[in-house]
Amino acid sequence: MSAVLFFIAAIGAISGAIGVVMLRNPFYNVLALVCHLIALAALFLLLRAEFVAAAQVVVYAGAVMVLYVFVVAYVGGSDEPLHRHGGALKVLGPLFGLAIAVELCIAMLGTALKGINTKGAPYIPGFGTPEHIGRLFLTTYLYPFEVASLLLLVAAIGAVVLARRRRGLEEIERESEEALIRLRRPVFTGTMHETTGIRGGGGTTTDEQAAAQTEPIGAHTGARGGTGEDRGEGGW
Amino acid sequence: MDIGWYLVVSAIIFAIGGIGVLTRPNPLVILLCLELMLNAANLALVAFARMWGNEAGQIFALIVMVVAACEVTVGLGLIVAIYRRQLAIDVDELSELHG
Repeated sequence: MSAVLFFIAAIGAISGAIGVVMLRNPFYNVLALVCHLIALAALFLLLRAEFVAAAQVVVYAGAVMVLYVFVVAYVGGSDEPLHRHGGALKVLGPLFGLAIAVELCIAMLGTALKGINTKGAPYIPGFGTPEHIGRLFLTTYLYPFEVASLLLLVAAIGAVVLARRRRGLEEIERESEEALIRLRRPVFTGTMHETTGIRGGGGTTTDEQAAAQTEPIGAHTGARGGTGEDRGEGGW
Repeated sequence: MDIGWYLVVSAIIFAIGGIGVLTRPNPLVILLCLELMLNAANLALVAFARMWGNEAGQIFALIVMVVAACEVTVGLGLIVAIYRRQLAIDVDELSELHG
């Protein structure tokens, strides 16, 4: 039973990993990584690491992948070339990966570790449960635990500082863009900026337009108010 | 299953992640492949923890997950900052540190 589960989970994990590397769309890459992480959590369960498996699913497949999906949606996930333009790494990269895989397998086959061909140490009740892990974290491994929490804090602040909107830079860019618009368009060419009076030269045009609008109205009312000869006096 | 099988799976996943880091041009996908490599290391750590019957390997795996989460947040923040500057999201284009 455990062998069947192992092969299903291992094939799922490896095919998920291949999907991450081979698919073109970043959205599908993230989805393949989620499949890979869930299969890996099954492998962790087979190795009796229950808390690690739960943390894997909740933290990785839940939180971190949501972060990835948001960034992919923000940056724009479109199909893209699978390889770099350079060309040398296109051949050397897979060769390097194959070399590492072969090397690691040789190291494992030639190892002197006796336990590598067994099913592991005899099972202790409670091995890998949150109770055991938590006790170890708060007694033996308290120092790494605190350092990890500090590292998380630093990373959170660093991400906010890195990704925040930089006011100064963007305003300078906008000003330079407006200067470009002003340079390209001559005055009184009937742009939207002139009618709304945003641009510098537009102020005079709006004043003239306002005067042109009010003048006929005044003349009209004067024409309506007076009749005959009084019209001239009303006009003056 | 023997512990060796888990280690072989871990080695294969690590190699696949390494290939992805070396060949893909998109920094987002490179971060995903880094996750693959870290997860392969996690699998080896948990397998060795099972082999020795000692939970220290699982503690180490959890710490590796914390470090991976930090790396992801900072990396994605960098990618968002690069996108805001309207530079190309391509590691070949982003070959110099000058902002």
